[in-house]
Amino acid sequence: MTLMKETTMSSLLPTASPSPGAAVSLENLVRTFGSVRALDGFSLKIEPGEFMALLGPSGCGKTTALRVLAGFEILDSGRVVVEGVDLSNVNARKRDMGMVFQSYSLFPNMNALNNVAFGLRMRKQSRSVRQKKARELLEMVGLADQAAKYPHQMSGGQQQRIALARALAIEPRVLLLDEPLSALDAMVRVELRDQIRQLQQRLAITTVFVTHDQEEVLSMADRVCVMSRGHIEQVATPAEIYARPSTAFVAQFVGISSRVPVKLSGQEVVIFDQRCPVRSGESSSVTGAADALLRPEDIAIEVSADGTGFVTRKSFLGAMTRLVVQVGDLSVRVDVRSDVGSDIELGTRVQPRIVARDVLLAPRKEVAILDVDAPYGPLLTAD
Amino acid sequence: MAPLVEVAEAENEVVPNFSTGSSKRRRRVRWWRGVVLVLTGAFFLIPIYAGIKFSLQNTEGHFSFQAYEKLPSAPGFTAALTLSLKIAFVTMVVSTLLMVPTAIYVHVRLPRLRRVLDVVTVLPIVIPPIVLITGVLGVFPLWAKSSPYLLSFMYVILAMPFVYRSLDAGIGAIDLKTLTEASRSLGGNWSKTMWRVILPNIRPALLSATVLTLALVFGEYTMAQLDLWQTIPVWIAQFQVSNDGPIQVAASMMGLVGTWVLLMVVVSIDRSQSRRNRKKLGAS
Repeated sequence: MTLMKETTMSSLLPTASPSPGAAVSLENLVRTFGSVRALDGFSLKIEPGEFMALLGPSGCGKTTALRVLAGFEILDSGRVVVEGVDLSNVNARKRDMGMVFQSYSLFPNMNALNNVAFGLRMRKQSRSVRQKKARELLEMVGLADQAAKYPHQMSGGQQQRIALARALAIEPRVLLLDEPLSALDAMVRVELRDQIRQLQQRLAITTVFVTHDQEEVLSMADRVCVMSRGHIEQVATPAEIYARPSTAFVAQFVGISSRVPVKLSGQEVVIFDQRCPVRSGESSSVTGAADALLRPEDIAIEVSADGTGFVTRKSFLGAMTRLVVQVGDLSVRVDVRSDVGSDIELGTRVQPRIVARDVLLAPRKEVAILDVDAPYGPLLTAD
Repeated sequence: MAPLVEVAEAENEVVPNFSTGSSKRRRRVRWWRGVVLVLTGAFFLIPIYAGIKFSLQNTEGHFSFQAYEKLPSAPGFTAALTLSLKIAFVTMVVSTLLMVPTAIYVHVRLPRLRRVLDVVTVLPIVIPPIVLITGVLGVFPLWAKSSPYLLSFMYVILAMPFVYRSLDAGIGAIDLKTLTEASRSLGGNWSKTMWRVILPNIRPALLSATVLTLALVFGEYTMAQLDLWQTIPVWIAQFQVSNDGPIQVAASMMGLVGTWVLLMVVVSIDRSQSRRNRKKLGAS
């Protein structure tokens, strides 16, 4: 595993007050590939200096949206407006957008310094100016001592930091990050994640970040745009997305949810013989057979010899322990503190209880998406 | 978050040990590798050894550099060598100008056409050179046929399978699409992207394509002979002086060694340039 040098960012970042980033407006974007509509009337407004994350499963159109913004994809219809100027037909090289790619995109024939200086060279800056600025940026990302190294001599994390410096060197109006952390190992990913966020906040640069990693999104973004099949499911703050998902898709994609078949009784449902109010919004429009989508922390358990459920699986997650509780034909996930969870053996009888103030409903027949983060794969109940 | 520790039923799983079997297999593979290497080496080196030995004999069968000493002054040799070099130069330039942008464009913009191009570029191997040159000589006007550089264009076609494959492998070894997009997002236009990003990164493939083209030009006989130009291969075949067989073979060996030396020179220039660049940047 590659460990990166610890760097005190605050001492290295520019001291001048940051200029506000550019406002970005994506208006009714449509992009099709053959019969697939990668973007289907996609509209999103990003505030100046905002860190917006595009989150969704593979094929949801998040990368296409980013590439459209960068100018690498031609739109079928719609507009890309930055600071009030329509850039839809402007060449990528004239858009002033810095991009960091998923794959290490450093130019292999250039060392770190020349990679960072490349954009300045394209802008016909003098050699002394571009060398000075490139060195400043290398210092900013904590890699001043790596200036003479070539990409193949650097670790993945270092390469991505150089790529970030290179993207920032041209002082872009918008910074585009296309899954820049996905190829890195866990420790480097966390470190670089913090560094990117810190830099973004200091420079107040409008940033669009594409990822399928929920943890990255929840920890980095000002707002999250959850996408599915080329359109937006929900745009909200990370906390809101997690705690108050507006659609079943969001509830299932962000975080972990167990589906529990319920009977509707007005604006209430009965789960584990307990009456629970239905969440307003999409849930309230669900009629007929429905499933409640329950987060592990929406359910509490009590160890009881008369309990209706029993523990079938147990996963240690650090501070928390995740239990899978079988109640009749249903399986639900429950998170408990690890000091409590360590005392619970497989097969222990427990009584589950809903502790959420309201529950999100989804139509019973809805096709479930794969719960990528689940320890045991999608844990769904049969009808 | 993935579980750090998972408690489940199958805890005492026994993992079978395959280490003994795999190491035996590895030894067997190594042994076969050696055999293949020796056989292949013998296949290539024995004829070369025989050729060199023959060229180093005088008329009495004793060791001598006589053939190599006589070669430069042999009638027609210098003219044939000059002509071959000129044709090779034009072939390499035309081939590079034609194939490099094509291969790059197909990789970046039309990746679906790669299979078509794979098939098309094999055609010169399938179609005998005699068919190609007969067709060309029957169709082309006299002024074109009277120029030796018509051969260059024919050789571009003949070299296409090697040049395209070499470039295709070189381009495939780098993430061309991402590098191109990175350059564009930083303000690079196509010419700057090509010159500063793509070409330096496919330089080994480009050099390999160039050397292969050179080797082809110095080895092609049929087309040159039918087009009535005395290139080196034609000269070797036509050079008939009694008791001077070793000169012909010496010329062949010179061609072989010359191409090999050129390849080494090109590769070492490339390496030393890279090393120099690194030192320079390291010092700065």
